[in-house]
Amino acid sequence: MIAVLGAGVMGTGIATLAVGHGLAVTLVDIDADKLAAAKDAVRHQLRGAKLMGRMPRSGPTGELTCTTSLADVAGATSVIEAVTELPELKAKVLAEVSALVEPGTLILTNTSAIPVDELASSTVRPEDVAGAHFMNPPYLIRMVEVIRGPRTGDAAMDAARSLLDSLDHDHVTVGDGPGFVINRILQRTINEAARIVEEGLASPAEVDALFEGCLGHRTGPLATADLIGLDNVADSLRVLRDRTGDAGYAPCELLLAKVRDGDFGRKTGRGFYEHGGQS
Amino acid sequence: MNISTGLLEFLASRTKRTWEPDEDLFASGVVSSLFALELVVHLEKAYGVEVEGEYLSLENFRTVNAMEKMVLELQAATP
Repeated sequence: MIAVLGAGVMGTGIATLAVGHGLAVTLVDIDADKLAAAKDAVRHQLRGAKLMGRMPRSGPTGELTCTTSLADVAGATSVIEAVTELPELKAKVLAEVSALVEPGTLILTNTSAIPVDELASSTVRPEDVAGAHFMNPPYLIRMVEVIRGPRTGDAAMDAARSLLDSLDHDHVTVGDGPGFVINRILQRTINEAARIVEEGLASPAEVDALFEGCLGHRTGPLATADLIGLDNVADSLRVLRDRTGDAGYAPCELLLAKVRDGDFGRKTGRGFYEHGGQS
Repeated sequence: MNISTGLLEFLASRTKRTWEPDEDLFASGVVSSLFALELVVHLEKAYGVEVEGEYLSLENFRTVNAMEKMVLELQAATP
């Protein structure tokens, strides 16, 4: 059984990916309503992934257990942490979970930007901790950014790669640091794109059309931000600003205003774009 | 109302255009694979079937005729 901590967008999507590949999953969240919604979402996402041919149609589906009790992860063979991108919260959850699982149990953090070693410091065994930055939606995007912290052990790296192999995912391993590779670049790009809109230089659709048409990106930065969730973008930018001292990462006013208004992107139906009730 | 007529009405209301029963929904670009998932949910609600396993293939949602055939098969298999 693998344990997934946090039944938000990423935790739910990772649970879908795992049960779709036949692994039993214990999904933990403090919010019972969120868990109930996640159970429905996993079924819906599984069917979507199968429909698009991104997941095996035949073969067993892993059992999904939803629980509000962190103690239920005690027997996990690996743990994937996907709680909200707040350093103190992640550190607290990781400290608790590392005291519950057997030594040598892989603990993967799906943090967007917090250095793995910083999070590993809160755990009992930093050598068991590595980073796995899944993209959203994790059951459709096969590439994962794997992060090896300075104290991550060889056994944890082997276990991380083997877990991703069993999920039929590709991976590239990179070194540790704020935002790693993807988010050090992407979050800055999103922030600048939002700033450009804030300054009235271009609309979100115009910014994205240029990235798509000129650079061949499949999705422009602001449509990507809506998919990630603007609340997570703002949290990640704060993490990056605080850890790099680079003021360019400070979330721009337009982004903050959207988060204040509850316009988080696809998951709420509106962000830089209207999403017409799509979830 | 038969299945095919019902589906054509549902599609027209969701896509703001009319369709032929044998028209490829995906080729037009109007219907995405994500919309196919909405079709799954609609078929289940409207016709009391459960679309799972090997039936979860885009080929079964490509045309109204294909969807009707699948629904009839699933209904026949339901005790």
